[in-house]
Order: sequence, then C-alpha cells, then structure tokens
Amino acid sequence: MSESKAVKSVDGKERETVLEIINLNKSFKGKEVLKDTNLTLFKGENLVVLGKSGTGKSVLIKCIVGLLRPDKGSVKVFGREISQMKKNELTEIRQRIGFLFQNGALYDSMTVKQNLVFPLVRIKKGIKKEEVEERVKAVLESIGLPEVMNKMPSELSGGMRKRVSLARTIIVDPEIMLYDEPTTGLDPVTSDEISELINEVQEKYHTSSIIITHDLRCAMKTGDRMIMLHEGVVHSEGSLEEFKESEDPLIKSFFTETS
Amino acid sequence: MADKTIPRIRKATASSISKLSDKTIHTKEEAGSFLIDVANATLFVMLVIREAFSRNFEFREFFRQCFRIGNKTLALVSVTGIIMGAVLTIQSRPVLAEFGAVSMLPGMIAISLIREMGPVITALIFAGKIGSGMGAELGSMKVTEQIDAMEVSSANPIRYLVVTRVLASTFMLPMLVLYADAMGLLGSWLAANIKGNVSLTLFMAQAFDVVGFIDFIPAFIKTFFFGAVVGFVGTYKGYNSGRGTESVGTAANSAVVLASLLVLVVDIIAVQITDMLER
Repeated sequence: MSESKAVKSVDGKERETVLEIINLNKSFKGKEVLKDTNLTLFKGENLVVLGKSGTGKSVLIKCIVGLLRPDKGSVKVFGREISQMKKNELTEIRQRIGFLFQNGALYDSMTVKQNLVFPLVRIKKGIKKEEVEERVKAVLESIGLPEVMNKMPSELSGGMRKRVSLARTIIVDPEIMLYDEPTTGLDPVTSDEISELINEVQEKYHTSSIIITHDLRCAMKTGDRMIMLHEGVVHSEGSLEEFKESEDPLIKSFFTETS
Repeated sequence: MADKTIPRIRKATASSISKLSDKTIHTKEEAGSFLIDVANATLFVMLVIREAFSRNFEFREFFRQCFRIGNKTLALVSVTGIIMGAVLTIQSRPVLAEFGAVSMLPGMIAISLIREMGPVITALIFAGKIGSGMGAELGSMKVTEQIDAMEVSSANPIRYLVVTRVLASTFMLPMLVLYADAMGLLGSWLAANIKGNVSLTLFMAQAFDVVGFIDFIPAFIKTFFFGAVVGFVGTYKGYNSGRGTESVGTAANSAVVLASLLVLVVDIIAVQITDMLER
C-alpha cells in the first residue's frame, strides 16, 4: 500500500495531516461508545481530546493503533487505511506510533533498561549494542531519571513509571504520539512535570500528538488545539482560547468543574 | 377437594414448564458458550503452533522460561518424589512380606513409579504450580495493558509470551519427571531401610532388573503431552482473561482445574495406546 501525503486547508492555510478519522463507530455489547466520530491530526501539533470518563476517549486511540477494530468508519494514518492493513503492514505503521498507556504498562518482570531495550531492538533491527546503550542513557537523561536504569518497575513511584513509560515510547523515534490520560493518578506537581515533558517531546522529536485527558490543567499546558468528546460524539472543536470563551453549557461546566 | 387439586396441578405444571424453558435456554446458552470456548481454544492452539515455526524465535525468553520453570518446581518435585516412593514402599511391603516376595519390592516400585505414578503425580503438581503461575502472570499482564503495550511496540505477544512458555513447559516436564522418578526410587530405598537393610546398589539393581524400555519409553513420551497441555491451558486462560483484577484469580484457578483434568484425560488415552501396542 503506498503512502500519500494528505493535505487539508485550515483557515486558508494548507496543513499536512498525519492522521484522519472519518465517521468512526464502535460499540461493545450493543452499547455505542463512538458514534460517527471525526478527527484530524495535523503534522507537528498537540491535539487534546477532552471529555468525561467513559466517553470513548481511550477506545478512540486504541482504534488508531489497531488494538480495537472499528465497527464502521475509516482510520487513516499517514494516508493509509488501518482497517485494511495486513498484519505486517500494521506492524510497520505501529513502529511510527508511540503509545503511552494510562498506567504506564511497564513490563514488570523486566528492569527499566530491559523495558527500554525491548521495543528498540525489535523496531530498529540490527542496531549495534553500543548504540542501544547510548540511546538508553540518552533517553533516561532526557526524562531526568538516569539513575533508575537497573531498577525494577515496582521500585518506582507513579510519576517515575510514567516517565519511564514515556522514555520507552520515544526511544524508537515515533512520528505520532498517543497519550492515554498521561496525568491520571499523579499529584499536581508531577502532573505539571509530565505536561512539560510532553511539550519537550514535541519540540525535540517533532512529533504530532493526541493527548487524551480529563485533566484541564494538562490540556491547557500541552494543547495546541482541542476537541471535546461527549457520549462518543465530537461535541466541539477549537483552540484553547475558543474553549475558554465558549458559552456552550457542556464546555462551561467542564471548565468550571475541573478548574 | 378435587376442585382444589386441579388448579394446584395446573399451577405446578405451568411453573414447571416455565422452569423447564428457563433451564433449556440456560443450558442452550451454556452449550453455546462452551462450543465457542472450544473453538477459541482450537484457534489459539493453531496460532501458537504456527508462531512456534515462524522466524525470529525468542530463544532468550525460551531459555529464561525453562530456567524459571525448572528452578521453581525442583524443590517441590524432589519432596513429592521422595514421599511418593516412600509411601508406595511402606504400604506395599507388608503385603509382599506375607507372600515372601519382599525381593520383588524394588522392581514393583520402579515399574509403578516409571510407568504411572511419577509422570501423573509430577504433572499434577506441575499443573498446580506452573499452570496457575502462567494463568496469573499473563492475566495480570492483560489487566495492566502490558500485552497491549507489547503489541503496539511491534513485538508479537503470542510469540514472546505464549510460544516460549508452552515450549518450555513441554520440554521441562519430562526432565522433571525423570528427576521425580529418581527421587522416588531414592525415597523407596530410604523407606525399605526402615525395616530392613538393603544397600543402594542392590536395591537399584533389583529395581532396574525388571524395568524395560517398554516401561520407560511410552511413559516418557506421554510427559511431553502433559507438559504441552499445562502450557497451552495456562497461557490460554491467562491470555484470554478479562480486564478486571478478579479475572486474574479466575484465570489461575481455572488453569489448574482444566490442566489437571486434561492431564488425566491424556493419561487414559496414552495408557490405552500403550496397552494396544504391548499386545
């Protein structure tokens, strides 16, 4: 399948899209979670998907990486349709996407270093041992945790686990980052640190990101553009300023309740 | 009196029918879910076999699993083996003494251990220890999204987690059975020395005098199947567990129950085949 550069016109400017979701539907045991959801991610932007718990935010990003199969609709990553991909094509596309899981999902039988090496040697096949060592050191330094290399995940705090998990995704140079509730369960200070790290990743690795969250503080710190998901439908879309000034009762209530 | 009885019978009949229909629907649903489970398990086994022969076999993880399995069960198998041999000896000796056939004791114990007791008891212990461990480990990996994380980082979780565990279990159980047989004979010799005075050399010579390849080979071959059964059941139950923490316990528990049951089923089939071959 060939890769085509998709371009969309926004406010008269042409912008390259890296990911496009069109009329996505997903239901579980008859309960509709996503209903004709549409979303576009432009190259180099941080797109925040806001919404209450249970509105289908996590389901949305799991459909992007093919962990869940949509019932209907289209998910195009780098212009290629995910649902029509063969297994090896899906593996190839996944190598260009980083996924930060809600609870980190670190492999608890491996040390931090082994966690980092695991995807690296599988994605960058034939990588030299010295380069692996260098990358592990560099990525741990970039997240501010060079001393945890030989520790087990169970020895780390919640914030540290999130950072290491982020390191595991960025070590393979992804082009798209998907963050599933990156600040859930963390104290405000650590949450801010993670939000800053998300911005650093965007600047340093020039990634395009989707940040799924219900943490308004994180959304305001990281988002270039926002989408409000409500009961599986994209309720509204706009910039942070537009959201702040919105008179829409749902957005208003979200901003008042969470601020 | 009769007037009162008729409605009662009618009532009872109506409620019986409704109970019967509920039961029928429930049984139908259960049968349906059982068949779906069997189909899923078959597909899982086929997928694992296909992945086992694919390129990029995870040798490192396979050897790590072999070491873990052996290391985890060695002490347990040692104790079980010694007790198994000792109990058989203590219980058989008086009967043999009555017929003046105590000299046949080592041979009888060796045949019982090698042909049946060693493989089956070790496999059941193995199912309890390793099968439940696999179910719980993979189940908790599923709950904490570690399997999903593996999948999105371009690793193949079936190849990395399942194939390695199934093969390690298939190859390690026969080794453990051989070891358990040896421990059993040692336990038997120790027990024989409680009431008598037999040298280890004489005991072993008498034991192996009656054991032939026909006793050893079929029993050894069936242990590979026992190992595969424990591996497949443990990983299937763990890999397909639910998303809640409760499902981890369910996966571990059902892995032990099903693996133990299937070990006995495989054993009866193996015994029948051996019996046919011996005729």
